[in-house]
Amino acid sequence: MSNLLEINNLSVDFPSRRGQVAAVNKVSIEVAKGEVLGLVGESGAGKSTVGNSIINLLEPPGYISGGEIIFDGARIDQLSNEEMRKIRGAKIGTIFQDPQTSLNPLMTIGKQLSETLIETLKISGSSAREKAIELLDSVGIPEPEARLDAYPHQFSGGMRQRVVIALALAGDPDLIIADEPTTALDVSIQKQILDLIKSLCKQRNLGVIIVTHDIGVIAEIADRVAVMYNGQLVEQGKVTQVLQKPKHEYTKSLISAVPSGDQKLHRFTVVDYIDGSGEKVTLENVSDHWLSKNKSSETHNTAVSVKNLSIEFSIRQALFRKNRISLKAVDDVSIEIQTGESFGLVGESGSGKSTLARLIAGLYTPKSGDINIFGHNVLQKTQKTKTSLIRRKMQMIFQDPYSSLNSRMTVEDIISEPIRFHRSTENSSETSEVVRDLISFVGMPTTSLKKYPHEFSGGQRQRISIARALASRPEILICDEPTSALDVSVQANILNLLKDLQEELSLTMLFISHDLPVIRQMCDRVAVMQNGKICEISQTDELFDNPEHEYSKHLLGLMPRMDLFRL
Amino acid sequence: MFYFILNRLAQALLVMAVVSAISFSLFNFVGDPVNNMVGQDATREQRIEIRQQLGLDDPILVQYQRFMLNVAQGDFGLSYRIKQPVSQLILERLPATLELVFASAIIAVFIGIVLGVFTGIRRYSWVSKIIMSVSLIGVSLPTFIIGIGLIYLFAVYLRWLPSSGRAGVIEVGGWKTSLLTVDGWRSIILPAITLSLFQLTMILRLVRAEMLEVMRSDYIKFARARGLANRAIHFGHALRNTLVPVITIIGLNIGGLIAYSVITETVFQWPGTGLMFIQAVDFVDVPIMAAYLIFVALLFVVINLIVDILYFVVDPRIRRGGS
Repeated sequence: MSNLLEINNLSVDFPSRRGQVAAVNKVSIEVAKGEVLGLVGESGAGKSTVGNSIINLLEPPGYISGGEIIFDGARIDQLSNEEMRKIRGAKIGTIFQDPQTSLNPLMTIGKQLSETLIETLKISGSSAREKAIELLDSVGIPEPEARLDAYPHQFSGGMRQRVVIALALAGDPDLIIADEPTTALDVSIQKQILDLIKSLCKQRNLGVIIVTHDIGVIAEIADRVAVMYNGQLVEQGKVTQVLQKPKHEYTKSLISAVPSGDQKLHRFTVVDYIDGSGEKVTLENVSDHWLSKNKSSETHNTAVSVKNLSIEFSIRQALFRKNRISLKAVDDVSIEIQTGESFGLVGESGSGKSTLARLIAGLYTPKSGDINIFGHNVLQKTQKTKTSLIRRKMQMIFQDPYSSLNSRMTVEDIISEPIRFHRSTENSSETSEVVRDLISFVGMPTTSLKKYPHEFSGGQRQRISIARALASRPEILICDEPTSALDVSVQANILNLLKDLQEELSLTMLFISHDLPVIRQMCDRVAVMQNGKICEISQTDELFDNPEHEYSKHLLGLMPRMDLFRL
Repeated sequence: MFYFILNRLAQALLVMAVVSAISFSLFNFVGDPVNNMVGQDATREQRIEIRQQLGLDDPILVQYQRFMLNVAQGDFGLSYRIKQPVSQLILERLPATLELVFASAIIAVFIGIVLGVFTGIRRYSWVSKIIMSVSLIGVSLPTFIIGIGLIYLFAVYLRWLPSSGRAGVIEVGGWKTSLLTVDGWRSIILPAITLSLFQLTMILRLVRAEMLEVMRSDYIKFARARGLANRAIHFGHALRNTLVPVITIIGLNIGGLIAYSVITETVFQWPGTGLMFIQAVDFVDVPIMAAYLIFVALLFVVINLIVDILYFVVDPRIRRGGS
C-alpha cells in the first residue's frame, strides 16, 4: 500500500540558552488515503510540533534537525518557503484547535473562503463564490448562501469550527492535519465535528492526522493511533489493539487515568509516569492545626441554600425598553447543598453553571431570589459585616490556572495574602509557618514559595490555587471546572487532592464540570443545568444509572465510548 | 448604533458645557480687561463707560447667560486688542492651521503605518533596527528643536526651502489655501514635517507593536496554513486587525497636532490660530483665548466622535444588534 504521507526519523530541535531542546526525537509515522491517524500525547509531548513541521510552520527558533517527510512520493521538508506555500491549503489542509481565534474576526467568512479558493484553485471571483456555498453546504452549515456575508462572531463555536473545516478543505487537499479540533468545544458538538471529519475523510478519500490529548477522541474517530511521550513515539498500531492491549507502560497509565463513567471508584488512578506529580503531605492532627481552628460554633445542616435565583445579562442595549434584549443566564434556580456534601453541577457551556457558582460566591448580584449560607441570608444589605464573615468561609478555585494567579507575586505572597488580609494569624512568623504547611499540604515542595507562577506547570499552578483558597480557612469550596485545562494524568492528581482535602477538612464542595465521568467520581449529588434552568437533581449513581430528564439522557449518551478500551 | 451615538453626543454636550464655563471664567479671573483696553491716562468716567459697554457690571449669571447665547450663535465678542469680531479672526486664521495639521497628519499616518508594518514584519532586519533607533529621536526631541534644526539645514545651509511664513496663498471660494501653488508647498513642507514627527513615531511604534501581536495570533497561522500569499496575510488580515487601537491613538493625536501647532507655528511664524493664541496670551486678549479654548475642545470632541463611529466601520464585533 502506498502511503500518502511518510515521516521517517523526524527530529525537531528548539535551540535555547540552555542548549538544544529536542521537541521531537526520531519519530516515524505514515498515513494512507482514507485513513485517520490519531496522534495522542499530553501537553509538551511534541505532537503538535510534528503536525507543524509537516507544513513547515514551526514556531521559530524551532527547526527540523533530522529525518525526512515524504508527501505523495516527494520530499517536502526541504522545500523553499514559496514552494511550501503552494502545498499548504492546496495539498495539505490544516484545522486548528480554537475556532474562536482561528478566523479573522474582521472579515466575512465568504471573503475568507473566496480568498483561499482563488489562491489555491486559481479560479475567478464569481465561481469562487459558488464553490464557497458548496463547501459550506458540505460541512453542514444551513442556508450557506445567506451565511456567506456573516462575520465569524455571528456563528456559534461548533458552526465556526465547521467554517474552519470548510476553509481547510477549500484547496481540495489530500491530507488534513487536525490539531485538537474539538478541545475547545462542548461534548455534544465534539461528536458532531468528529463525525463530520470522519465522513469527509471517507467521502473524499482523505488522509487525516488528528492530534489530540484526549483518548476519547481517538476511540471515537481514529483507525490507527500513535502515542507520543516526551518527543518520542512510544507505541503505534490499530486503535482497538493499542487501546485494549497497550504494550508500553506510558500508554497503559494514560488509558487508566481517564476517569470512568461506568462505576464509582474510591480514588482516581494515578499515573506515575508523569513528572512533578508530587506527593501530598498528610498533616498530623489536622483537627489541632491552624487550618481547622475557624470552624463555626453553630452547625447547620444546610451549607448553601438557593431559592428562586435569577440573573439577566443585557446583550443588546437600546434607548427604548422594548428594543433591549437580555439573556436569562440563571432562571429561577433553587438548590440546597448539605454541609460536608460534594455537590456537582453539570451542563454544556452557556448553560449558566459558572454563573450560578459566581452568584453563590458573591461575584455577581442576582436580579431576584435568595441565597442563604449556613442559614444566613447574604443578600441582606443590613448585615454587611456578618455577610463578609460568612463569605470568607467560601472560596473559589477557577478553571484557568494560568490567568487566575497574579504573575508578579511570588507563591508565598499569593498564599499569604488572604491570611494577612483577614489577620488570621498572630504574627508574621506564624503566617510563614502556615504558608509552608499549606504548600506541602497540597503536595508541593516548600522551595516553590520563593518562585513565581510562570515557573510552574498547569497542574502545579492549580495546586497553588488550591493552597490559596485554603488560606482563608474555607468551609465551602467552589471548584469551577478545576481540571478542564489540564492533562488527564494531572487531572487525576488534582482531583485526588481535592477529594483528600474534602475528607480531612470536612469541606462542603460545589463542583462544576462539563465532564460527566469526573462528576461521577467526585460528587454525591448532581444537578443538571440547561439554558439557565435545573433539569434534574439526583444522587450521582441514580443519575448515571436511571436518568429521568430527557436532557440528562442526551448528555449521558454523549460520553466517550469507554467500551472500546475497557473490556 | 443609534443609541450609542446619542449617548456619545450627550457626553460631548456635557464636555462642551464644562469647557465653556471654564473659558467664561477666564473673563473674570485673568486680569482686568479695561486696563488693557484703555491707556494709562484714561479718566475714571471713560473706564466706567467701557465697563458698562462690555456689561461687566451685570451679575455673573447674567453675564454667563449672555456669553453662552452669543457663543451658541458663533459670536465670541470683540478682540480687546484688534477690536474685530473674534469669530472672524479665527475663521481667517483657521485655513492656515487646518492645512498644516492636515498635511502633517497625512505624513504621520501614511509614513507611520508603512514603516510600522515594515518593522513589524521584518522584525530582525537591520533596516528595521535603524528605523526603530531613529524613531527614538522623534519621540525624545522637543518639537521646537527639530523645527530649528530643519530650518538651519534646509533654509539656512542648503537654501532649498523658505525658513518661515506662509507663501503663495490664493483664495478658492472663501478659503485661503496655500496648497495649490509651488511656493505654498515649499513653505508648508518644513512646518508639516516638524509637526508630524512626534505623531509619526508614535504611530510607527504602535503599529509595530500591534503587528507583532497580531502576527502571533491563530488566524494568521491559519491563513498561512491555507497557503495564502504573504501580501494578503500582511495587508488583508494583519493590518486591519491592528487598526482599532491605532485609530484611537490617531484620533487623540490629531487633537494633539492642533495643540502642538502652537509651538510649530511660533517657530515657523506660520499665520494660524496657534500663533494668534500665543499673541493673544501676550496681550491678555481674553475673548480670543476663550474662543480658542472652546474651539480646541470642540475639535477634540468631534474627532473623538468620528473615532467612535470608525470603530463601527472597522470592527463588525462592535456592531452588535446590527444586521
